Amino acid sequence: MTWLNAILQGILLGGFYALFATGLSLLFGVMGIINLAHGDFAVIAGYVAVVLVPSTHLPMVWGFLVVVPIFALGGYILQRTLFQAALSRGDPLTILLVTFGLSVITENALLQAFTANGQSLDIGGLIADSINPNNVISISDVSLAVLIVAVVLLAALQLMLSRTSTGRQIRAVADDREAAELVGINHRHVFGIAAAIALATVALAGLASGMITEFAPTTGTSNLLFAFEAVVIGGIGSLWGTLVGGIVLGVAQQIGAQINPAYQILAGHVVFLAVLAFRSRGLFAVREAA
Amino acid sequence: MSAASGLLPQDALDGPGALRVRRSARPSGWLVPLALGVVVLLAFMPAIVSTGDTSLLINAFVLLTISTMWNLLAGYAGMVSIGQQAFIGLGAYAVVVGAINGMEPFTVIPIAAVVSALIAVPISMLVFRTKGGYFAIATWVVASAAQLVISSITSIGGGTGHPVPGLSSLSPTQFADISYWSALAVVVVALAMSYLLLRSRLGLVLAAVRDDEDAARASGARVVLARHVVFLVAALGCGAAGAILAVSQLQVEPASAFSVQWSAEIIFVTLIGGMGTMEGPIIGTVIYFALQQNLAQHGAWYLIIVGAVAVVVAIWLPRGLWGTLTRRLRFEFFPVGYLVAPGRREARAPAERGPEPQPAAAGDR
Repeated sequence: MTWLNAILQGILLGGFYALFATGLSLLFGVMGIINLAHGDFAVIAGYVAVVLVPSTHLPMVWGFLVVVPIFALGGYILQRTLFQAALSRGDPLTILLVTFGLSVITENALLQAFTANGQSLDIGGLIADSINPNNVISISDVSLAVLIVAVVLLAALQLMLSRTSTGRQIRAVADDREAAELVGINHRHVFGIAAAIALATVALAGLASGMITEFAPTTGTSNLLFAFEAVVIGGIGSLWGTLVGGIVLGVAQQIGAQINPAYQILAGHVVFLAVLAFRSRGLFAVREAA
Repeated sequence: MSAASGLLPQDALDGPGALRVRRSARPSGWLVPLALGVVVLLAFMPAIVSTGDTSLLINAFVLLTISTMWNLLAGYAGMVSIGQQAFIGLGAYAVVVGAINGMEPFTVIPIAAVVSALIAVPISMLVFRTKGGYFAIATWVVASAAQLVISSITSIGGGTGHPVPGLSSLSPTQFADISYWSALAVVVVALAMSYLLLRSRLGLVLAAVRDDEDAARASGARVVLARHVVFLVAALGCGAAGAILAVSQLQVEPASAFSVQWSAEIIFVTLIGGMGTMEGPIIGTVIYFALQQNLAQHGAWYLIIVGAVAVVVAIWLPRGLWGTLTRRLRFEFFPVGYLVAPGRREARAPAERGPEPQPAAAGDR
């Protein structure tokens, strides 16, 4: 029963990783951007909520109504300015260095403004609520909600990509930018929309991490590594792959932790490297690695 | 470099009507005595400056060594690693293990480098299954896994680290001097090794791959072998740098030896100076330490400036400082590239010619 619990906790954790990795997967899959500042963006979302939400008199759980639009707009602007300037250089290293620079700037600016102390988003008694089918298994309502949000979000994104005109444009630009340009798509605008979606999802992930656990200016980097693992395990360009990748990683970590708490993260790495060794393009790869 | 021989078919650059290929920079015979002079001057530094300054120089030599290795990987072989800290940490721990078993810590440094390179063999087999962004992430995960494995071994201190034993017989001055000279030796060997490697056939293969990988493969260049050699050399150099860190700091901790912060510094130093040039990491290291010395008292602001410089250089100065400068000056301290010019038959010695000149194809292009 403890093992069943470990697997269930792993699936819940995987939901969080998938939510965290969605934006990364989009940026990687559509623009070929390896966003090293992704984890830090999520941390910014937490601090934005801490600063802005109290003044709106909304409960913290509804904080996403404030933070997500800000991040979507910020994502569009960031893509149209700095990221586009970096992509125009035609060298994948440029964007890597730009996002690396943003990561260093963000972490240290947050340190300067908010100190290194951990913070969390106060959602009151909700955090303690859980479903307890028996005395071993305990499913936290918040974690379950995060998993559901991740699944709904990925389903909605998948539908948007496959059914709507904007989605078709995003896929077209991801497949072949020049050909998409030839049929009249403004790839800069489409990239902007993809970045807006990516940043909106990372805002959700940042808020979720603030509710489930703590965040501090430097916590972004470790979450970033897990998000990368989820994306690569699932396969670049596949949103369902990202969900499966997140869950595979979460379950591996929880089973590792069940064997020995010190092995939690290592178990995730081992599974990641095994996937690389046997299916180097991920479980659900739909296109060549960037 | 014997490992590099046979990477290219012999007739790739010979043959009738072949283009004339020469080194990219002007002949610079006076540079060898200059380089030797700089090394000799640096060797006498402990007699000139304080111990505080030599320990700063040790850190600069370590950073220059690992940046030069990363530059080989990313700048010349096109493999962007975010995981070189794996080999820094392994080199540092090789010194700890050697010293625990009664070896003289300073003599373990070359052994630590070799151990690091040996561990890189299985790692390369795994991470070479990926490329581009996947490769970067895979190397990062390997480094994190290496840290976790080392942290779980209690006999070498587990997560809290382990001191380097066996150095108490040296006086503080002796210790500072020997640490400094070891660091200097490592950085000089690292630079010389990269220079010779890049001027060998292997360097030629790397240049061909950088320009057009498909064409290089099609003309028979052994691209995968070249990449493996570079990966192992980079692990060797980073292992030696890690060993220097271990002896000079007398203490190794997994969280700092395997820190991803190393990759951040490496990337900053190399790209600011100019990736794909041997001078780039040298200039980048000087700038990094100049910024650090002048701005470190401002705490976080110093790193905010470092990040901003990285963004600005990436977008508006993509070749880095030296890369931008050298194109204007057409001058290199370390000429490792090539210029290709239309060949003139009289300029080629008979021995260098291809098998049989064919009149139809032998004209100038």
